[in-house]
Amino acid sequence: MSDSSASLARLKRRLERLERPRGGPCLFSFGCDAVDVRLGGGLARGALHELCAAEVDDHSAVSGFTLMLAARASDAKPILWLREDKGQRQHGRLYGSGLVDLGLNPDRIILVTASDTLSALRAAADILGCSGIGAVVIEPWGDARALDLTASRRLVLAAETSGVAAFILRDRTTSFASAAATRWTVASASSAALPGNAPGHAALSVELVRHRGGVPPFGLVMEWDREEHVFREPALSRAVLPPAQRRPLAA
Amino acid sequence: MRLVALDAHALSLGLVPGMALADARARVPDLATNDHNPAADAALLVRMADDCDRYTPMVALDPPDGLILDITGCAHIWGSEAALVADLAARLGRAGLRVQHALAETPDRARALARHGNAPSILALDLDEERTTALRRAGLTTIADLAVRPRSPLAARFGTDMVAKLARLLGEEDIRITPRRVPPALFVMRRFAEPIAATDYVLATLEALADEARDALRERGEGGRRFAASLFRSDGDVRQLFVETGQPTRDPALLMRLFRERIEALADPLDPGFGYDAVRLDIAVTEPLGPVQTGLATPVAGDAEVAGLVDRLSTRLGSNRVQRLGSRDTHIPEQACFTFPANDPPDPMPWPKTTAGEPPLRPLHLFDPPQPILAIAEVPDGPPRRFQWRRRTHLVVRYEGPERIASEWWRRREGHEAGKGGMTRDYFRVEDERGRRFWLFRHGLYGSEARSPDWYLHGLFA
Repeated sequence: MSDSSASLARLKRRLERLERPRGGPCLFSFGCDAVDVRLGGGLARGALHELCAAEVDDHSAVSGFTLMLAARASDAKPILWLREDKGQRQHGRLYGSGLVDLGLNPDRIILVTASDTLSALRAAADILGCSGIGAVVIEPWGDARALDLTASRRLVLAAETSGVAAFILRDRTTSFASAAATRWTVASASSAALPGNAPGHAALSVELVRHRGGVPPFGLVMEWDREEHVFREPALSRAVLPPAQRRPLAA
Repeated sequence: MRLVALDAHALSLGLVPGMALADARARVPDLATNDHNPAADAALLVRMADDCDRYTPMVALDPPDGLILDITGCAHIWGSEAALVADLAARLGRAGLRVQHALAETPDRARALARHGNAPSILALDLDEERTTALRRAGLTTIADLAVRPRSPLAARFGTDMVAKLARLLGEEDIRITPRRVPPALFVMRRFAEPIAATDYVLATLEALADEARDALRERGEGGRRFAASLFRSDGDVRQLFVETGQPTRDPALLMRLFRERIEALADPLDPGFGYDAVRLDIAVTEPLGPVQTGLATPVAGDAEVAGLVDRLSTRLGSNRVQRLGSRDTHIPEQACFTFPANDPPDPMPWPKTTAGEPPLRPLHLFDPPQPILAIAEVPDGPPRRFQWRRRTHLVVRYEGPERIASEWWRRREGHEAGKGGMTRDYFRVEDERGRRFWLFRHGLYGSEARSPDWYLHGLFA
């Protein structure tokens, strides 16, 4: 009896080793305690994270959030942004001075435009195989049926092998199954007004929808601190409002 | 309608180019004619020139029906000059073309000999009608007649250009031809005894050529940045494949990976047809590349790895699809940031600095061209209150502005004159009721520049 339980324990240990070839996953944090505590330290680096815009108009918010996360995950290594021609036409092109204004270095960013989803995914597999890259952002156009469970699983495996952080950026919420470690929904949030009622720093309403590690869903409003490259919670008065009241009723 | 060109049989019947078609028909009732198509003739000449690239990289067109090849230093590949010419004549003969050729020390001399025979007449000078007649009347009908005359009276009577041309015809002055393509810095070539139809074998040959090129480049202390592989098909068709690298290289394995990428990305795949009979690898652009010292510690492979990745992606997708961002010194927002191919970076310009504590003043995404919107302002020169973009109405709850950006009138023609300097833009950073931040501008100053200025959405903030 004790023999079999010992061998069972041995097998379990072996399975664990097989599943995690390099010990625990390498994490990158948000720099904001409210999120990092809930996530148990941060998000896995060699993994796939999916970020969706709450509505099409929130595309700029979600792409900003993705770039901020990519900057935190990549340690001064290059960030590759992979998009499709149609996405570029619909949402505008990335603007260097705007990146500087978010505290991101435009020289670190390499833009790749593919003609369709399939060639974008092929390029993504190539990029994820290169460990000199810090992070890759994949922006499929529309529903992107080519990016199904199998395709995302392939991206996850490539990311795990190379340790490159991979983000899928969607301009709408999706119900498609994917192998991503986490799925987030991002929307713009009203910024803390500056004197003269001027729009303030970038504020985002971020919601964790799914986490493979079992972290329960949560949502909060965050601001990006471009000097420190960290997320922070906005002034207390607005942060405690429940999400439903943060938006006016006019929809 | 007139005759432009005739075949040998028609010439033997006494027809000559320039004759009216009606006259020719009167003499030879069953004359077969085709419409003259100069464009097709020119295309054929270009195709022949492509095929002649196998003999030398220095090929120049001599329209409408001539080619000039500079075979200096190329004849040994074929054994001798005569063997090269024989191969060329046989190749064109198989294609049904009859050629007249001549070899000479200078291009002009070779051209005169080929076009006008061994004792060229003064027609070889390509002078205008008037001067040709004058020469004839003076009893000077051949180049040989002119060669023995003193030059200065000739120059005084017929112009210095005629004397210069004469010197070139006689081989006294040598000017180089202007080739169709820039000759490569280095090229290696291999010919097959029999046409090869297997693409794999052709690629293996290309790899052997890359090996050869590496040795040559290493001796020169250089690496290639731009490569072209020419596959010569036995029927005269030539397929060229181009690859570029971000860093100078001479590594055959890397080159072959890029060439394979290129072949995979071809819209119409390689068709060996009846087989390839020669392969050439041109290294079009070279740059200094010293020997690399391999460190004892684990090398920092990151940058090289990224450069390799960029090269692979550029080869597959095209270098206009793999880009980096650059900054330019201008106030016009859409011109201040541009993209350039990631494997061919220009000199970097510093990015503008930010002031601590300021919110982002420039959008993350920019529309170029700006998107027209319908905006309502309380007063015509005031900030927008609400605007409609992509069929949605946005209510402005916060705004900052205007940030006034004048047009660059000094770059315009007569931009200093009133009304010709272009319109001023008034930019507003606005936030709508749901927290989305936009960058809008009013095009033209109300009253002085535009009666009812248009509004545009130029960018989106995060």
